[in-house]
Amino acid sequence: MLAKRIIPCLDIRSGRVVKGTNFEGVRDVDDPVSLAKFYNDSGADELVFYDITATVEGRSLFTDVLKRVAGEIFIPLTVGGGINTLEDFDRVLKSGADKVSVNSGAIRNPSIIEAAAKRYGDQCVVLSMDVKRVDGRFHVFSKGGREDAGLDAVEWARRGQESGAGEIVVNSIDTDGVKMGFDLEMLTAIGNVVSVPIIASGGAGCAEDFVTLFKTVPSADAGLAASIFHYKEVAISELKELLRNNDIIVRR
Amino acid sequence: MTAVVDYGVGNLFSLSGSLKAIGADSVITSDPEVLSRADRIILPGVGAFADAAERLRATGLVPLLCEQAESGKPMLGICLGMQLLFDKSFEYGEHEGLGLIPGEVRPLTESLPSGTKVPHMGWNSLSFPKESPLFRYVSEGESVYYVHSYYAVNCTPDTVAVSDYCGVSVTGAVQRGKVFGTQFHPEKSGRTGLAILKAFTEV
Repeated sequence: MLAKRIIPCLDIRSGRVVKGTNFEGVRDVDDPVSLAKFYNDSGADELVFYDITATVEGRSLFTDVLKRVAGEIFIPLTVGGGINTLEDFDRVLKSGADKVSVNSGAIRNPSIIEAAAKRYGDQCVVLSMDVKRVDGRFHVFSKGGREDAGLDAVEWARRGQESGAGEIVVNSIDTDGVKMGFDLEMLTAIGNVVSVPIIASGGAGCAEDFVTLFKTVPSADAGLAASIFHYKEVAISELKELLRNNDIIVRR
Repeated sequence: MTAVVDYGVGNLFSLSGSLKAIGADSVITSDPEVLSRADRIILPGVGAFADAAERLRATGLVPLLCEQAESGKPMLGICLGMQLLFDKSFEYGEHEGLGLIPGEVRPLTESLPSGTKVPHMGWNSLSFPKESPLFRYVSEGESVYYVHSYYAVNCTPDTVAVSDYCGVSVTGAVQRGKVFGTQFHPEKSGRTGLAILKAFTEV
């Protein structure tokens, strides 16, 4: 059977891994290549690299990081951040990305999903969405979670899949950085309407949160987290052991 | 020397990196002379079957690849590269492959229970219906990375690895003589994948 995936997420700024809480207060953490190697050795199933720089200089540092990682680490790499055009897809795919995650770029221009899926295949296009509750409904936010895009998250996920997104990352702004567990209600609502893999993001505070995620939300295929892995609060090898003991299939 | 066939399909970054990581000399090429001289050949591939088959034919390399395979040179097709080794594929129509391994490529959706997620994407564990030198360093139950919506059928005699996906026994790897194919991506399958590539370079 297909294994549930554990995915560390590395936010990169000026060639370094950084981590913030609730999308603000960024802190410097580590060298991306050595951290990526560490995760690979501890059993991570995939890595996500998020480019959070906006400058041209930062972008080229990011591409260098990506090339170095892809030349040494042989598990799937997903890249996001600043993906707005097919040229952006091309740039990161040529630097070693296997999948490209599009977020605000798809909100501004929804046709990018279909265009990229046609050119590179559905499996290559990941729709990432930052979602927050507004008046009891799930709203999609753009610009790193700062701006209400006026889109219903369940509807946006369905549209994303129809346009050719091969995977959907659901990042709950409400639970991000809070470390009280994944947003099970939000993930269930979105997981119920799509048939492509769902990656849960935002809120993991301990290993048990991943057990709860996979037991409660069967449509979740992967759990993504950053700080609990970066600060070594949860070791991926121990997390996988715990999942296995709870009859959740993981890669060995 | 391992030659990786360059026919403009897919990203060869990881493949050449992983060959380097296992200490194998490799070259990415579409030069017939280099391919003829190489000790072994890898045929990569992503995307749609018809498009890839057409691009490969356009290079003029198909007769050479078939001749090299028939002369006993080790060859490994990866993902769509494996699918190209079969007689034909039913991905959007009916298209001819290289015919090096008897069998055909059909949509997973024909066999899977309705509602199952397609593509079959992610890590799945291997079991081995037959012994193959390709898996000499790998144990049953180790996982490899798959991304595909079509799979090889009617190839049981040559099937050397399978993975179970929602009750369907997905052809994971085939071998006929020294022609091998893996539906999964060894260059994306971590340590297990590197061990499989290493075994291939020792065939």
